[in-house]
Amino acid sequence: MSTWSPPRPPAVISQDSLRARPRPLDTAIRLLFRVAAIFTIIITVGIVIALLIPSLAFFAEVPVWEFLFGTRWAPRFADASFGVVPLVTATAWTTAIALVVAVPLGLGAAVFLSEYAHRRARKILKPVLELLAGIPTVVYGYFAVQFIQATVLREWLGLDTGSFSVLAAGFVMGIMIVPTIASISEDAMSAVPNSLRQGSAALGANRMQTTVRVVFPAALSGVIAAIVLGVSRAVGETMIVALAAGQQARIVTGPLEAGQTMTGFIASAALGDSPVGSLEYDTLFAVGLLLFVITLVINFASIAIVRRFREAY
Amino acid sequence: MVTSTPTRHGMGALVHRSVRGRAKGGETSPRSIAFLIVLWFCLLFALLFLVVLLINIWVDGVGRLDLALFTEYPSSNPDDAGARPAILGSLWVIGTTAVMTLPIGVAAAIHLEEFSDRHNLINRAVELNVQNLAAIPSVIYGMLTLAALGLFGVVNKNQVWVGALALSMLILPVIIIATREALRAVPAEIRQGSLALGATPLQTVFRNTLPAALPGIATGAILGLSRALGEAAPLLLLGGLVFLRFDPNGLMSGYTTMPIQIFNWTGRPQQGFHELAAATSIVLLVVLLLMNALAIYIRNRYQQRW
Repeated sequence: MSTWSPPRPPAVISQDSLRARPRPLDTAIRLLFRVAAIFTIIITVGIVIALLIPSLAFFAEVPVWEFLFGTRWAPRFADASFGVVPLVTATAWTTAIALVVAVPLGLGAAVFLSEYAHRRARKILKPVLELLAGIPTVVYGYFAVQFIQATVLREWLGLDTGSFSVLAAGFVMGIMIVPTIASISEDAMSAVPNSLRQGSAALGANRMQTTVRVVFPAALSGVIAAIVLGVSRAVGETMIVALAAGQQARIVTGPLEAGQTMTGFIASAALGDSPVGSLEYDTLFAVGLLLFVITLVINFASIAIVRRFREAY
Repeated sequence: MVTSTPTRHGMGALVHRSVRGRAKGGETSPRSIAFLIVLWFCLLFALLFLVVLLINIWVDGVGRLDLALFTEYPSSNPDDAGARPAILGSLWVIGTTAVMTLPIGVAAAIHLEEFSDRHNLINRAVELNVQNLAAIPSVIYGMLTLAALGLFGVVNKNQVWVGALALSMLILPVIIIATREALRAVPAEIRQGSLALGATPLQTVFRNTLPAALPGIATGAILGLSRALGEAAPLLLLGGLVFLRFDPNGLMSGYTTMPIQIFNWTGRPQQGFHELAAATSIVLLVVLLLMNALAIYIRNRYQQRW
């Protein structure tokens, strides 16, 4: 009935007829996919260029060593001074406090979820814990400055501290990164094969000994990667420190002091409208470049640690 | 005979000691119990913090959680102020972000997961790069956009599309990683079946692999967009903190968003503004909770298990 007839097979099967038919549309679409993937590299290159060019203009006016080792940060004063050390000390304090909070809590929660919790309990507790990671950082900032600093530290504990402190900012930031550390460490511990736990139990170890001496060392690379990622998030966090750590750049020597962090400076400098090409505009990018380099080193350290020490089972 | 007695005696002592040792290290020994209590405390402390935070925000903000919050514009008097432009601005920016980032993210993920040659240097660089991009601080994306605007001579930074551009680049790695995982979960048999029936690789992707991965992609996209919704730092750099007395109404329109409004009100000295900040935080948290619930619903309802 049909008028369609199959094409006659070629008499001689040539190499050409076995080759895929050229499909220009398919090739074009696949090219688009490839361009989209390469776009991610363009973003990274763009970031490097965007930070580098204004920074070079900045370092043409301010010597690098004066920037890195100068101890007075006053870019907007008449006798301007561009020593970044005060910003770095504030960042170091908030990051250190955040880690003191987040590492024990995150690892404890991870061990509990991975080694002790019933499967059903874990299914409920893990998403609830991860809610902490979903709360906007500006809400954490509000909580840090209005509740932790004003109510807990000053009213309840009666501590001698002003409206801001690196302690309040660091503490809240620590809680914020607990789910990051807990989630990645828990994955690493869950990936340790059960035969190791059974072997340990057969040798007479109890669950605590098995966890501390067998599971934890076996999962160490994942745990370290989790902590390193936590450090990188703490260094780059902006809104919490912009609200709660303080806006004055000075060398921080104790947890109850206020101080402006690197990200805090970027946020506050952004509020003033500095014209493109001015020294103030370039300063912003020099601090951004330093921040980017620090987090880049941390990120690649984390990736390298995972690759180097990963135990394959 | 004489020598074997002490040996047997010694063996007995040894066994006895080992038994006692095990009892000491048993599951109910004080050290084990203390260890478990410490672990419990870690989890409980984090959850308690979450509860205290939510209660604190609720108590601070519930007094201002009224219709005026949604209908009024910001004002220098906290009693007359509302968050209407910020709420509308958030919707505009997030909607634009979704339109910008989803096609690129999904396309890049399809390339990496379905078509790329793993040994190709560029592809390996892209993979490493996506991992790294996901860990770059969000302010840096604001600086990138700021510098790009300077390069192209765009003077007016406070436009919806500019903010959306920064947020798109910020969540692009999240979308790519989630889409790749969703594609990877589709079993190879589906693709092979399609190819065996004569479909081209591209037809296989569009008619089989992608539809099968759609629930996973949707879940990842919603989670990525909810991250963008709560983000303030990059927009702060792009002049997102403005005093707006009109509704944002287009891609070129001026805007402010909820997180920026919260930041602004929190930083003011008057108590009234703090209440407004808390009330806006409640609105933001409710929207985020709904988005997360939707993501979980899609995952549970439509996710196929093979």
